[in-house]
Amino acid sequence: MKNHYYVPFTKEMKKDYTILVPTMLPMHFKLIIGVLESYGYQAELLETSGPAIVENGLKYVHNDTCYPALLVIGQFIDALQSGKYDPRKTALMMFQTGGGCRASNYISLIRKALAKAGMEYVPVISMSFAGIEKHPGFRLDLPKIHGMMYAIFYGDLLMSLVNQTRPYENTPGEAEALAERWCARLAAELGRGKRISYKKVKQNYRQMLQDFAAIPKTMRPTVKVGVVGEIFVKYSPLGNNDLERFLVREGAETVVPGLADFLLYCLYNSIVDYRLYGGNALKDQVMKLAYRFLCGKKNDVIRIMKEEGSFDAPTPFEVTVEMAKGYIDHGTKMGEGWLLTAEMLELAHSGVKNIVCTQPFGCLPNHICGKGMMKPIKEKNPDVNIVAIDYDPGATKVNQENRLKLMLANAVPTEKRSHQR
Amino acid sequence: MSEVLYLGIDIGSTTAKVVLRNEKEVLFDCYERHFSQVREKTAELLERIRPLVEGKKLAFAISGSAGLGLAEAIGAPFIQEVFATGEVVKHLEPDTSCVIELGGEDAKIIFFDGGMDERMNGSCAGGTGAFIDQMATLLNVTVDELDALSEGCTRLYPIASRCGVFAKTDIQPLLNQGARKEDVAASIFQAVVNQTIAGLAQGKRIKGKVLFLGGPLYYCKGLRRRFAETLKLSEENAVFPEYGRFAVAYGASMYAEQQQERFLLDDILERIKASQGQVVLQDRLQALFENDEEYQQFAERHRKADVPHKEIASYAGKAYLGIDCGSTTTKMTLLSEENEILYSYYASNQGNPVEIVREQLLRLYELCGSRIQIAGSAVTGYGEELIKNAFSVDYGLVETIAHYTAAKYFRPDVDFILDIGGQDIKCFKIRNGAIDSIMLNEACSSGCGSFLETFAKAMGYSIEAFARQGLLGKAPVNLGSRCTVFMNSSVKQSQKDGATVEDISAGLSISVVKNAIYKVIRAGSADELGQHIVVQGGTFYNDAVLRAFERELGREVIRPAIAGLMGAYGAALYAKKCRKSSLISPESLQRFAHTAKSALCKGCTNQCHLTVNSFGDGRRFISGNQCEKGLGLGEQKESLPNLYAFKRDYLMSLPEGEGERTVGLPLALGMYELLPLWHGIFRALGFKVRLSGMSTRRTYEKGQFSIPSDTACYPAKIMHGHVQLLIKEGVDAIFYPCLTFNRDEGDTDNHFNCPVVAYYSELLQGNMEDLAKTKFLYPYMDINKPKNMAEVLLKLLNEQFGGFTKKQVASAVKAGLAAYKTYMDAVKEEGRRALAFARERGKRIMILAGRPYHIDAEIGHGIDKLATSLGFVVVSEDSVFDLAKPQKVKVLNQWTYHARLYRAARYAAEHPDTELVQLVSFGCGVDAITTDEVRSILEEAGRYYTQIKIDEITNLGAVRIRLRSLLGALEEKE
Repeated sequence: MKNHYYVPFTKEMKKDYTILVPTMLPMHFKLIIGVLESYGYQAELLETSGPAIVENGLKYVHNDTCYPALLVIGQFIDALQSGKYDPRKTALMMFQTGGGCRASNYISLIRKALAKAGMEYVPVISMSFAGIEKHPGFRLDLPKIHGMMYAIFYGDLLMSLVNQTRPYENTPGEAEALAERWCARLAAELGRGKRISYKKVKQNYRQMLQDFAAIPKTMRPTVKVGVVGEIFVKYSPLGNNDLERFLVREGAETVVPGLADFLLYCLYNSIVDYRLYGGNALKDQVMKLAYRFLCGKKNDVIRIMKEEGSFDAPTPFEVTVEMAKGYIDHGTKMGEGWLLTAEMLELAHSGVKNIVCTQPFGCLPNHICGKGMMKPIKEKNPDVNIVAIDYDPGATKVNQENRLKLMLANAVPTEKRSHQR
Repeated sequence: MSEVLYLGIDIGSTTAKVVLRNEKEVLFDCYERHFSQVREKTAELLERIRPLVEGKKLAFAISGSAGLGLAEAIGAPFIQEVFATGEVVKHLEPDTSCVIELGGEDAKIIFFDGGMDERMNGSCAGGTGAFIDQMATLLNVTVDELDALSEGCTRLYPIASRCGVFAKTDIQPLLNQGARKEDVAASIFQAVVNQTIAGLAQGKRIKGKVLFLGGPLYYCKGLRRRFAETLKLSEENAVFPEYGRFAVAYGASMYAEQQQERFLLDDILERIKASQGQVVLQDRLQALFENDEEYQQFAERHRKADVPHKEIASYAGKAYLGIDCGSTTTKMTLLSEENEILYSYYASNQGNPVEIVREQLLRLYELCGSRIQIAGSAVTGYGEELIKNAFSVDYGLVETIAHYTAAKYFRPDVDFILDIGGQDIKCFKIRNGAIDSIMLNEACSSGCGSFLETFAKAMGYSIEAFARQGLLGKAPVNLGSRCTVFMNSSVKQSQKDGATVEDISAGLSISVVKNAIYKVIRAGSADELGQHIVVQGGTFYNDAVLRAFERELGREVIRPAIAGLMGAYGAALYAKKCRKSSLISPESLQRFAHTAKSALCKGCTNQCHLTVNSFGDGRRFISGNQCEKGLGLGEQKESLPNLYAFKRDYLMSLPEGEGERTVGLPLALGMYELLPLWHGIFRALGFKVRLSGMSTRRTYEKGQFSIPSDTACYPAKIMHGHVQLLIKEGVDAIFYPCLTFNRDEGDTDNHFNCPVVAYYSELLQGNMEDLAKTKFLYPYMDINKPKNMAEVLLKLLNEQFGGFTKKQVASAVKAGLAAYKTYMDAVKEEGRRALAFARERGKRIMILAGRPYHIDAEIGHGIDKLATSLGFVVVSEDSVFDLAKPQKVKVLNQWTYHARLYRAARYAAEHPDTELVQLVSFGCGVDAITTDEVRSILEEAGRYYTQIKIDEITNLGAVRIRLRSLLGALEEKE
């Protein structure tokens, strides 16, 4: 249904508009920008931070709205009012999934905020694989989706490699610098706009693994800490007060499940919906196909990681799916839904016993699939050490860090991994 | 080698603790408030151990939330405080099964049985030392006095302890209505206990030997008693050790023992001193005043807004009295015929407004002598009814009207009034000489006067001195604009960063203002407020707040010199219409005596807690009642249609029926709407259907042990109690399905349930151990697809019980859906009947718009009855929404219940005789989206939007003020 303030992104706009994209995951989104550029869009990743963002969020969004909405909208308004961009030549892009969580209202809330700030003419492109609205100047077609898919797989791999290298590198900052270089290289590659050769992609995977393996490291026992939760605060340093950096500074190795799992989760939910409630059989077939295809792609990454052998590979999604059983039904599909529960279990089973479950304050789905599942998880896995951290404009770092410190104080360092060279 | 001593330093949010020991014994310990002067205090305490450590080496470690920053700054070993506690207890009392430690702002629990489990309170949880401090401030006693008072308790009132702000809203009216301080004091402790159990234990039972640690538990005997009683602990199992206050510091000293590095005392002091220069200047704001000159100009401008005063001794004739009995202060003014102020009074009501007013009246009569006759009197504010009854005041008027009357007198073209009092923020727009829209702060966001006062006290200042400090702040800290509890931790953070008291004071003033503008008024710009803004309320006496407000708006405003007296001034003006005053005579006043007793109303199942005030001469005033029954007046004269009551009666009259097997349906969340459906299905299948019934406060308490997420909404949390009840009744199965989709009513983008309504069963299954005693059935299905329902139910029931046929289940589903339709039709028909009734008799109509579960007597707190007692015909959103066209909204219209809200708002917008009042449960994330929409639908049509936020406990006094303000505004308009 058309939205009140819906402003389409026209073909003319494509020529000279800058599209601003919020940073949920720095590396992934740089690569996605690369894909967008290959199709002739001018896109820019918003990497701003600072108190003005929250201020603007509080000013233009209902204060009880979830924190990610407040941040993303605050960041957009802050950018548009900064003078750096011509608001008449700027469009905004937002990624969202849709569904029963209030997060599916982000686009509407951005538009309301824009209207309140007197910039209702700024088009907002919703990037949703469910295709919520039509923009003539921006069609999400198969080639684009294909490109973004690889952006996500590359991003996941880079993220995992940085996480597994950073605590051990002899020269601090080396892993991140290498990731930066790879990110630039891959973005350029994806930005060339040619057909993507899967052979080349796999070559890249291997090369990345070798490059990271080559970084001089000193292995030592560390505490492994898994980070799960609501998708924005889990990933975005802006949303979680730079959680990862804090954990690394405390000497921990962070383990963050990849973004591809969230995509797989969305696809899997369509399949579950059909199983539970019936519906369009053809659509179901397509979803199943897409699901199997994407699982295959992830399993290729896993296989290549195992072949190389220096790093822990993620768990196949088909295995993660099974983890939820006995805890929560796959029908729980709002927000991060059953995936959040499954991820905590997957971490626990793969030896990551310390888990931070992040959520915006008052996050509705996480009452159930996050905090609501901690008791059964701890009961069946007594060695798991979970802490729930709420993020909010008023929540302070000192309170959050104190709780994280408690979790770390209870953590038992795991021996250095055996297969590491 | 010389002896090594172990030094543990624990710096919490409010206190600093030091323990010095050797291998055998503790040599020194102390516990003192640090008033945010973390580094200074630490250095001071360390100086005290100097005689003990002369020439000896020290190993030391720091712990505590405020110690974190210090440890970082001086590079000292740090141990997390809960972990430290755990270590100490394992060492000193190895047979402990659970530790409860309450600190200044943190609450912690450690379970030792079945694997150690350490937890801290979440970010939104009161129930700590700071909370007790706040409450003591409210009662105008010290914490020790509070404790002593609690000894004399005879009954307990339910008080919310989730955050101090909520509790205040509960306590204030209790005090204003004359509840005994002894009972309130004990109730405050009980609230802390409940909070600890619900917020921390989260489903894990507290049993065995329990150790209670931390300052508040050391000092407050009353709190100890409440814990021991509530947890049913025997004397030997409730342990309050002597070292309770120092446990963390002790733990830190144990940690110090493991450290390699050794220090001399002077090394440590040196480091602390050196760290004082490191002030983080991040996240700071512009100073309120650049220089003194700027301040003088500002002060000069505001001095001009004054009213004429007249010496009371030189006046003779008629005079008019206005009383404003507010939440924390009592204000009075006496006006001459020419509206000059003859006498005024402004002071804290010290928890006993009746006594204050009595004293003042005595004094007034003395001053008036025979020269001045009090010809009229009016009272407004929280204590309006109590004072009106106690002293036979001529008029009682709602606060908003009183304030507008005063502001109008000041500035006839005023178009916006903002009043920040001790407890509330009120603001209203004026259009065409009538109040146009009223906004009051929600219970959760009261960053108001009492909030500043509490902070001032916590830092060891009077409010006046604290405000003056704020004017000097060079770089005010940015504290955000959230509720008090959050603010506490923001302040903690800034202290950690080394902010000065000046900067914190200024920062707090700015945050109060931001809270008012962005959270209560929800304005984007100054123009949205108005051209001629009058600000008032005691909080605006604080120049820092006033300046921050002007700064934030970029506009000059008027602050009358009598900012704090405006309610009383307005009341006095209002009283001028009086012909013959009935105010208590000087003679009766001499004999006046006031006693308050508590009682339980037996009028209905609600069992309201009543407070019966007697005034010596046989007159009585009863408060605390939800309806008129408790007043001893019997039934209301005229009963007005009330859809909430209709729905309750309909649902509760569904027959249980007979059957071999009993299925239990918890009457909570979505069940409130779909009960006829599930009831119909199970009856058709031959089940006996047992309902858990309407909720009471007891229902909640029965289930609170198993709530894992205390920030979920009350309607969800109360579900635990309903399920517990059904388990206890021994039903064969409990049924609450998971419904991603609600009914498709065909007018929306989608038709979801909210995540909590949809999947709460998953949470129950994971957290309620007792569910193992029965079958808990929570299938996933789509209630828009009878075939899907039948398939799912057939499979489920045959798995669980066996013996059902496909045909049987299909026809049962059909019967259920028919019953559901009959119910919804009946609701709509009754809605139409109510509308017609109102229109025939010229009654006002109120759409009390919420969710189906808001009809619950406990969740809705009887607001529907309150509305009918004020003369409204009450209809529900689901009874009238179909009379309006589908409403276009600016957001994704994807939840069934919420779509009805929009359409109901459309109906109200189109009908001048219909008002909409929206009920919002605290913590309802979806309503953050719907409220703005509903408001804009109504306001675009030039109508009032009234929102009432409800939670565990809602004080009907505040709701009454809101509804009466609405009524007052409507009357004014006519």
